[in-house]
Amino acid sequence: MSATTAAPVWTKMRPKQGALTRLFDWKPFLAFICLLPAIGLLMTFLTYPLGLGIYLAFTDTTIGRSGIWVGLENFIWLADDPIFWNAVFYSVFYTAVATVGKFALGLWLALLLNQHLPMKSLLRAIILLPWIVPTVLSAIAFWWIYDPQFSIISYLFVDVLGVRDTNIDFINTAWPARWSLIAANIWRGIPFVAISLLAGLQTISPSLYEAALLDGASGWQRFRHITFPMLLPILAIVMTFSIIFTFTDFQLVYAITRGGPVNSTHLLATLAFQRGIPGGQLGEGAAIAVSMIPFLVFATLFSYFGLARRKWQQGEGND
Amino acid sequence: MAYIITRRAALALGGAALVAPRAFAQSNIPTQSASAPSLPIERGATLRMLRPVRFVQPDEEVFRANAARFTAQTGVEVRVDFVGWEDITQQTAVTANTGAGPDLIIGFNEAPHIYADKLVDMADVAGYLGQKYGGWKAMAQRYGKRANSDMWVGLPFGASGGPLVWRKSTLNSVGFDAPPEDHAGYLKLSQELKRVGKPSGFALGNAVGDGNGFAQWLVWSFGGYLVDENNNVAINSPETIRSLEYLKELYATFIPGTIAWGDISNNRAYSAGECHLTANGVSLYFSLKNDPAMKAIADDTFMTLLPKGTQQTSPMAGLTLNAMVFKHSRYPNASKAFLQFMLEAPQYDPWLQANLGYWSQPLNAYNESATWSSGDPKISVFKGVMDTTFYAGYKGPISEASAAANADYVMVQMCASVASGQATPQQAAAEAERRARRFFRSRR
Repeated sequence: MSATTAAPVWTKMRPKQGALTRLFDWKPFLAFICLLPAIGLLMTFLTYPLGLGIYLAFTDTTIGRSGIWVGLENFIWLADDPIFWNAVFYSVFYTAVATVGKFALGLWLALLLNQHLPMKSLLRAIILLPWIVPTVLSAIAFWWIYDPQFSIISYLFVDVLGVRDTNIDFINTAWPARWSLIAANIWRGIPFVAISLLAGLQTISPSLYEAALLDGASGWQRFRHITFPMLLPILAIVMTFSIIFTFTDFQLVYAITRGGPVNSTHLLATLAFQRGIPGGQLGEGAAIAVSMIPFLVFATLFSYFGLARRKWQQGEGND
Repeated sequence: MAYIITRRAALALGGAALVAPRAFAQSNIPTQSASAPSLPIERGATLRMLRPVRFVQPDEEVFRANAARFTAQTGVEVRVDFVGWEDITQQTAVTANTGAGPDLIIGFNEAPHIYADKLVDMADVAGYLGQKYGGWKAMAQRYGKRANSDMWVGLPFGASGGPLVWRKSTLNSVGFDAPPEDHAGYLKLSQELKRVGKPSGFALGNAVGDGNGFAQWLVWSFGGYLVDENNNVAINSPETIRSLEYLKELYATFIPGTIAWGDISNNRAYSAGECHLTANGVSLYFSLKNDPAMKAIADDTFMTLLPKGTQQTSPMAGLTLNAMVFKHSRYPNASKAFLQFMLEAPQYDPWLQANLGYWSQPLNAYNESATWSSGDPKISVFKGVMDTTFYAGYKGPISEASAAANADYVMVQMCASVASGQATPQQAAAEAERRARRFFRSRR
């Protein structure tokens, strides 16, 4: 080919690039520029409010009056406040019990839905309903279900079946109220767990089960040694989310009991709101909210490291 | 000054003309001679104000018509914004702190006292109105005047009370004509109601209005109070403990579940006929009266002020509309003139009547309003809402702290913890003292 080229060889002169062009061609700078809008949004809507919240926790700001720096005063007061410790206790208890309940029932539901059932898609859609309904609406529904006078369950037992003389006490005393709220939270949380785990189940290769069947594994053995380990990574993620959602729950408690009876069902989130907004003590409310951070970090780390970091998942052998 | 009709004023006047056919009974409001303060209206003044949304539609219509009349007479354009009840406190806070926004606000209860430094003194207007209209009622003076001073930080526009609401036939059936005023008699009535299966019930849950109303009545009627005149926390007193001992007996007669009650629960239980004696604002009665299906209950329903117990006046703190004018306003005279105008009989009386008893007057002369004589005789009980010497935060100076202690249910939860058996009266009073001290701590 080269023999045929008689035309004079010329090379196009590269025009001299301006400094600006070279700057924009420089990868690190370009990446930085492209990230700027996102960083701006995050700083404005995430970092600033969070920082402001943490700052407020160290002031005695109230609604209508900007506060002064008081150091740890809010936290010292909270350390001696039985209502705060009750909220800590109930937040942990609520999260622990509701999470166990949601995962036990959610996993069970996911296993059932993973079978070949008629109208599978419709069933799966129905299962999602409690999750789709806005929380406040389902909370109001539960508020009616738990009403001391007009509960449908009480009506059923007292007026229809006649097995009780008095209405059931759902939210009038401390422990029944605590369990009632946990039940409502579990009802609401199951679909999220079930659908997520169902997605996880469907990624497990059927050949593993076939091999196990050939080896004569029982149903339990298949679950214990195939389903469960294969599900662990997604279980860890779902559990992390679930714990965070449950620990920071607000709407159910606020709509049904407002933290009552006598503060026994306050979660940290509802107590922070109660003290901060209706009570007007913004500084103290912020301190309560800030005190949730260590719990959330711990819960996240626990489910992440406790469940997800198995060496075999990363291709190494089990010890 | 120049008489200007703006387009907005013309529209508002049109609105006034539409409202005019609504017939208000003729009231004969007695007045004394008094000289109005000199309030030369600033050149080019326009006003912007906020007030809470209406209970009933005519409230807003008459209020707007009155404002339009002010515009017609003075040329001052007035823009009135109606704000949701739960927002007005925050909007007042923002207005006061930023020094911008509306010229005047009708807020609730303690708001003018919190921002007293940022408000215009209205002693001149208050003095004139008081002299002309038979004097300010006890509760109005408390909410209007700054503590230990002659400054009027607010001009109360009315208060809404929560008296006892009861079924006459039921009370008659157990031998009572009306709820007794003394503690022993009242307890006896409650026990009888319980015995015949038509119990009484009062909210002991986190209910801002009804819960605080009951807890305050209980403690005050025995002579207890949250703070003394100097804002020292005084809830842990023998009187409080006596009231809590009494509550233990009283709670045993309540319909079950009242510790879980919110503000709406007693309305529902009463309307359903499950509870035959409770305390509520006039809204409960009107919701029954306006529902044909509820006619029997409405006809049987009567209202009386809360029992006095050991006190001279009924221990009840109403919700008070309290108007304030901000120093940042460029037109303080116009603002004051407007409030004065709205409280004068030609404007105030139709407004009072339009409100059907939801709000009751701060000035004595309006006792003669047709609201209380020509309307439904049952609502005449609300005539005296502002006669009481009690108020939220009794008996300290009205402050942010007393409002916060209320909103945080300090007294309600003291009562609920005793009623539920979680605490002895002594423990509950000590806990309330601990919490109240936090709110009333001195701050720099």
